[in-house]
Amino acid sequence: MSDLLKMSLVEARDGLRAKAFSSTELTRAASAAIGQARALNAFVVETPDVALDMAAASDAKLARGEGGALEGVPLGIKDLFCTKGVQTTAGSHILEGFRPPYESTITAKLWTAGGVMLGKLNMDEFAMGSSNETSYFGPAINPWRRGNSETKLVPGGSSGGSAAAVAADLCFGATATDTGGSIRQPASVTGTVGIKPTYGRCSRWGVVAFASSLDQAGPMTRSVKDCAVMLREMCGYDPKDSTSVNIEVPDFEKACDGVVKGMRIGVPREYRIDGVPEEIDALWDQGIAWLKEAGAEIVDVSLPHTKYALPAYYIVAPAEASSNLARYDGVRYGLRVEGKDLTEMYENTRAAGFGREVQRRILIGTYVLSAGYYDAYYIKAQKVRTLIAEDFRKAFEKCDALLTPASPSPAFGIGEKANDPISMYLNDVYTVTVNLAGLPGIAVPAGISRDGLPLGLQLIGRAFDEETLFRAGAAIEKAAGFTARPQKWWTA
Amino acid sequence: MSVDEKVVRRVARLARLAIPEERLAPMAAELNGILQWVAQLDELDTNDVEPMTSVRPMPLPRRKDVVTDGFYAEDIVKNAPRTEDNYFLVPKVVE
Repeated sequence: MSDLLKMSLVEARDGLRAKAFSSTELTRAASAAIGQARALNAFVVETPDVALDMAAASDAKLARGEGGALEGVPLGIKDLFCTKGVQTTAGSHILEGFRPPYESTITAKLWTAGGVMLGKLNMDEFAMGSSNETSYFGPAINPWRRGNSETKLVPGGSSGGSAAAVAADLCFGATATDTGGSIRQPASVTGTVGIKPTYGRCSRWGVVAFASSLDQAGPMTRSVKDCAVMLREMCGYDPKDSTSVNIEVPDFEKACDGVVKGMRIGVPREYRIDGVPEEIDALWDQGIAWLKEAGAEIVDVSLPHTKYALPAYYIVAPAEASSNLARYDGVRYGLRVEGKDLTEMYENTRAAGFGREVQRRILIGTYVLSAGYYDAYYIKAQKVRTLIAEDFRKAFEKCDALLTPASPSPAFGIGEKANDPISMYLNDVYTVTVNLAGLPGIAVPAGISRDGLPLGLQLIGRAFDEETLFRAGAAIEKAAGFTARPQKWWTA
Repeated sequence: MSVDEKVVRRVARLARLAIPEERLAPMAAELNGILQWVAQLDELDTNDVEPMTSVRPMPLPRRKDVVTDGFYAEDIVKNAPRTEDNYFLVPKVVE
């Protein structure tokens, strides 16, 4: 049975259509595997009964030769997406027990396409983190280990549960979100593929808000083509999100042919960063060589404001978060801790409901937005964002996509970076520029570190040109021939 | 622009977060660390730069100002910690 789960999403989809197996078989196998993989703490809610009902409905459609693009395919859902009647917490104590009376646009689209929901996936609290360690429900664990060492490693974050579940073959694909790198960094450290599409491609409606001008959802899967197939079903105009863009959604799967002949690939010199392990730059050089061999032209480009991206992000993201998280007040949903009056009730509720990193970011955000500091911090950071977007605009005059590392290190141990916020923030050094400029970026597994851990490369594209990323990403995937899988140590 | 315990207390009040006395000093140190790090932006001259106000340049979509949804008050209060007759209950505000 478990061999069924090793298939790619595309193989599962095609096998279901050919009736080689049923959705009920796949779903039973996945639910069983999830039940045996609790050591990974990837799922915070398992929904095997919902899954079987959805699978039976899919099997009925498939039997009639009907069904959507993902008919019968079991998926995991990051706990940031509101799912009707199923607990949605954003990894936070303050939302524990919250059962949304509505469905997010993206999950609704996935169910319309025939997807089957296996459960809700662990994540950093309110998507604030790069290791999944800030989750109220405890960290998700990376299926990968350093050789024979039993040290527990982080799966990256904030979409750590999504990354762990996909890497451990618990589902064929998972939804995720990316505000500063939360899809691409976990993909890189778990040997999975993840794309953050252009800002506006995927509706944010029903996705718990962190930093609204940066948040964007996307899929995580085990192959580039899987990612293309799942992304297509997640995209599309939604009048309920005022930043949703009304533009045609291409057939991304067709773009995965890996033909990069004549493509111009930019290599931004500012992404060679002091102090980054040598193996990261070596893998990057390997990626450049692969694309060159495949017929791409390599172009040296400059993104001069790169070093200011993380500091600008740590003003903009906390500012928007402090505003978005004002809604958690103990009145309408979630936790409530009483006090002597209304204000004290708010203060006690929020102190008990939010974890340490979330509180830190709310305070930073409130500070930079407070009277007298708004121009010096928030406006300044938004001006730097303009400069960063301008850097990319100029670079894309000379090339079609950029190739960079996806994470500055392989997976690290639980607790290794927990006490130093800034060293944790540096995990997003290669990814955060893309969010600030609203561009698409994909992470593709490309190699293995000295310790035997996966490492990814990132491709960055022009706005709404995800197709070039799938094309070049498929070329990297083909050249890398990445077939390594984690040892299955977690089975109960 | 250094943050001290007094500033943390004021900002925490604005953010409606109860911070215990013994956490004020460590929190001030953490916030100062982050604020000093983001201060590198001051190296950049941005006098002639427009702040980004829209990630993708597009006009804000508009719709008719009419009711398109509603009439399910029970669903709306279903997740609330305390309710009565489809109203949210809060501590007394007006004496």
